[in-house]
Amino acid sequence: MPQKTTPSKPSSIEIIKTLGARIEVTRQGKGRPVLVLHSEDAYETGSDLIDTLAKKREVIQFKMPGYGKSGPPGDLRSIDDISYLYLDILDQMDLKKVTILGFSVGGWLAAEMASKSCERIQKLILTGALGVKFGGPYVRDIEDIYYNTKEKVQALKFHDTAKDPDADMLNYNERQSMAVARRREIIAKFCWEPYFHNPSLKARLARISVPTLVVWGANDGMTRPKYGRAYAKQISGARYTEIPRAGHYPHVEQPGAFKRKIEKFLG
Amino acid sequence: MEFYHFTEFPWPHLPPDDTFTSMRVNLPNRHFDPEVGAELYHSYLDQYVLADELGLNCMINEHHQTATCLSPSGPLQMAILARETKNARLCILGNPIANIADPIRCAEEMAMIDNISRGRLECGFVRGVPFELFSSNRNPTETAERLWESIDLIIKAWTTHDGPFNYEGKWIHKRQINLWPRPYQQPHPPVWTTGGSSLAHACRTIERGFTFAMFLTPADRLAEMFNGVRDYCKTKKLPAPADDQFAFMPLVAVGETEEEARKMIDGVFWYVTHNKAEPQFRAPPGYVETALYAKVVTGQFSGGRTDAIRTQGVEFFKKNHVAIYGTPDSVVKQIKSLYRKVGGFGHLIAMLHAGDMSYELTAKSMTLFANEVVPKIKHLGSISTGFGPLADRPKVKPKKKAKRKATARV
Repeated sequence: MPQKTTPSKPSSIEIIKTLGARIEVTRQGKGRPVLVLHSEDAYETGSDLIDTLAKKREVIQFKMPGYGKSGPPGDLRSIDDISYLYLDILDQMDLKKVTILGFSVGGWLAAEMASKSCERIQKLILTGALGVKFGGPYVRDIEDIYYNTKEKVQALKFHDTAKDPDADMLNYNERQSMAVARRREIIAKFCWEPYFHNPSLKARLARISVPTLVVWGANDGMTRPKYGRAYAKQISGARYTEIPRAGHYPHVEQPGAFKRKIEKFLG
Repeated sequence: MEFYHFTEFPWPHLPPDDTFTSMRVNLPNRHFDPEVGAELYHSYLDQYVLADELGLNCMINEHHQTATCLSPSGPLQMAILARETKNARLCILGNPIANIADPIRCAEEMAMIDNISRGRLECGFVRGVPFELFSSNRNPTETAERLWESIDLIIKAWTTHDGPFNYEGKWIHKRQINLWPRPYQQPHPPVWTTGGSSLAHACRTIERGFTFAMFLTPADRLAEMFNGVRDYCKTKKLPAPADDQFAFMPLVAVGETEEEARKMIDGVFWYVTHNKAEPQFRAPPGYVETALYAKVVTGQFSGGRTDAIRTQGVEFFKKNHVAIYGTPDSVVKQIKSLYRKVGGFGHLIAMLHAGDMSYELTAKSMTLFANEVVPKIKHLGSISTGFGPLADRPKVKPKKKAKRKATARV
C-alpha cells in the first residue's frame, strides 16, 4: 500500500492490560466503531485506508503481541489465545455494534473472536483471512511462506510484486529491520504448526451470527480464491467478493476497488 | 586428549550441479540408488570398526532430508557400533531432542546403548541445524527452550530409580516416567551439547558439568567462545572448567607426504563445497537471534562467515585450523598450535572422510592419524574432577583410561 508521507496521527494511543498481556490500542475519528485487525505484514498500520475510514467512523486498531507498543507474547501460544485478549478489550472499552475489519492473520483473529461471541460485533469483513483448513491432509491449503524463496513468496502474495511495500528492504535502518524481524518471529511462533490454522475453528465458524463479507484478491497465490469461497460458505449468510488484479492484500494492490467494496457493505 | 573418527555418511553421487538448488530439504530421493547406498552404509560402518581397532573413538550424527548425510537416526548407528566395537567411546552429536516427538524414548535408547556398549556412551544433545525444522516441522521459536527442557527431563529420568514420576512442563507432558533400562554409567553418561554463536548456551553447558563442542570454527572464534566460557566461570566463581569439557571438530587428513595429505583433504573438503542450500532454509524465523535475523530477512546479510570461508579454499581453512592436514609431524604441530591458541581443549573430533573418498584412502589417513599423530598429543588436556553433576565421573575414568592405553599399543 502506498504509505502516506505524513500519516495523520491517531487521536489516541493507549496500552490496555488484559489477562496478563499489554495490547496497544489506537483510536482515530468519530462515529460508529470499526475495529481494524492488521495482517502479519502490518501494511494497514498508518495507511490511507485507515484515514479514509476515520472520516466518517471511529477506527480502532489493536496491535498483536510483539507488534508496535504491545507487550511480548509471554505465555500466549496461539491466535485463539489472542482472540480472548481482544474480546476482553472490547468489554473493557464497552464497545458496542463494532464492525471488525481483519486482514489475513487479522482476519483469522476476527473469525476467532466472532466464533466465540458476537455480542459486541455488528458486522465482519474478512480479507484474505487465514485460520481454517478446508482441504484433505495432502492438500496445501495455504502456500508455505517459510519453505519458498523470498521471490516466490512475494509472487504468491502479490499480483504486481512492484506493489509490495517491503519489496526492497536493503536500505531499512536498524529500527525498521528489527520490526520486520520481530513480527516474522511472532507470526512463526503462533502460526508455524498447525500451519496458519486452528483445527478447532472450522466447526466453530457456524456460531458467527452477524453479516459477513469475505473479500479476496482474484490473483491470491498464497490462499487461492477457492479457499476464500470455502471460508464464506462456512459462515451462515456470508457474502463472497473478489477484487481483480490483486493478490493476498487486495487493499494494498487495489485500494480504490477495495474501499468501494467495503463502503457498500458498511452502509 | 580423546580422539574421534567422523564421517557424515554422505551421498556423493549427485546430479549435475546446475540441476538442483539445494543438497538439503528438497533434493528428490530418486537420486539415491539403494544398491549403491547399501554398499555405502557398510563401507562407512567399516570405517568405525577400523577406528575402534586403531584405538580411536567414534562420533556419530544424524540429519534429515539431505544428501549430505544418509543417517536419519544416530541411535541406529550407535546400536550397531555398540556391538561391533570393543573399546571406542561412542559419541552421538547428537540427539535432536528439540525436534523429536518423545525425549523419553531418546532417554531409553541411550540407556540401552550405554548398556550394550558397557558404558561407552558419550551422549550429545543438539538443537539441530535450521534445515531440520523443515523435516521435523518443529516451531523454530521453541527449539532452544525444548532442548534444555528435554535435557533436564532425560537426566531426571536416567537418575530416578524408585518408580514413576510425573512431569508436566512447558513443552513436554508425561505422567508416568519410569525408565527401563537405566544407564550403565553412573550417575549417567557424560552429556555434550554443540553450539555456534550463543555464548550463553555454551556457559550453561559447562556450568552443568557437560562438554561443549564446536564444529569447523576458525581458531580465533573458537578461542573467543572457549575463553568466554572460562571468563564466565571465573566471574561466577565456579571452578575452572577442565579441558575435557571442550571439544572441536576440524577436517583432518594425514598422509605420508604433503602431496598425499593434500589429495586426502581435497576429498574431505567435499563436505564444504557440496553443502549448498536455499537461503530461506538457513534462517527460519526464530532460529537465530533477532538482530541477526533482521539482517537476513532484509537482505543485508548474505551468508556471513560460513559462506565467506566456503569460497576461500582449503588453504584458508588450514590457516584458521579448520582443516588440519599434512604429514604426521605437520599435523602434530598444527594441533598443538590450535590447542595453545584456544587455551586448551580435550576432545578432537577428526572428520577424516567425506564425499566419494574410498575406504582405502580414508583408512590410510585414519591409520596414520591414530599411529603417528595421536601418541604424540594424547597427553594434552586436563580431565574433569568433581565439577558439576558429573562429580562421580572420575570413578569410571580410570577404567576408560586403562582401556585407551591398551588400544593405543595395538
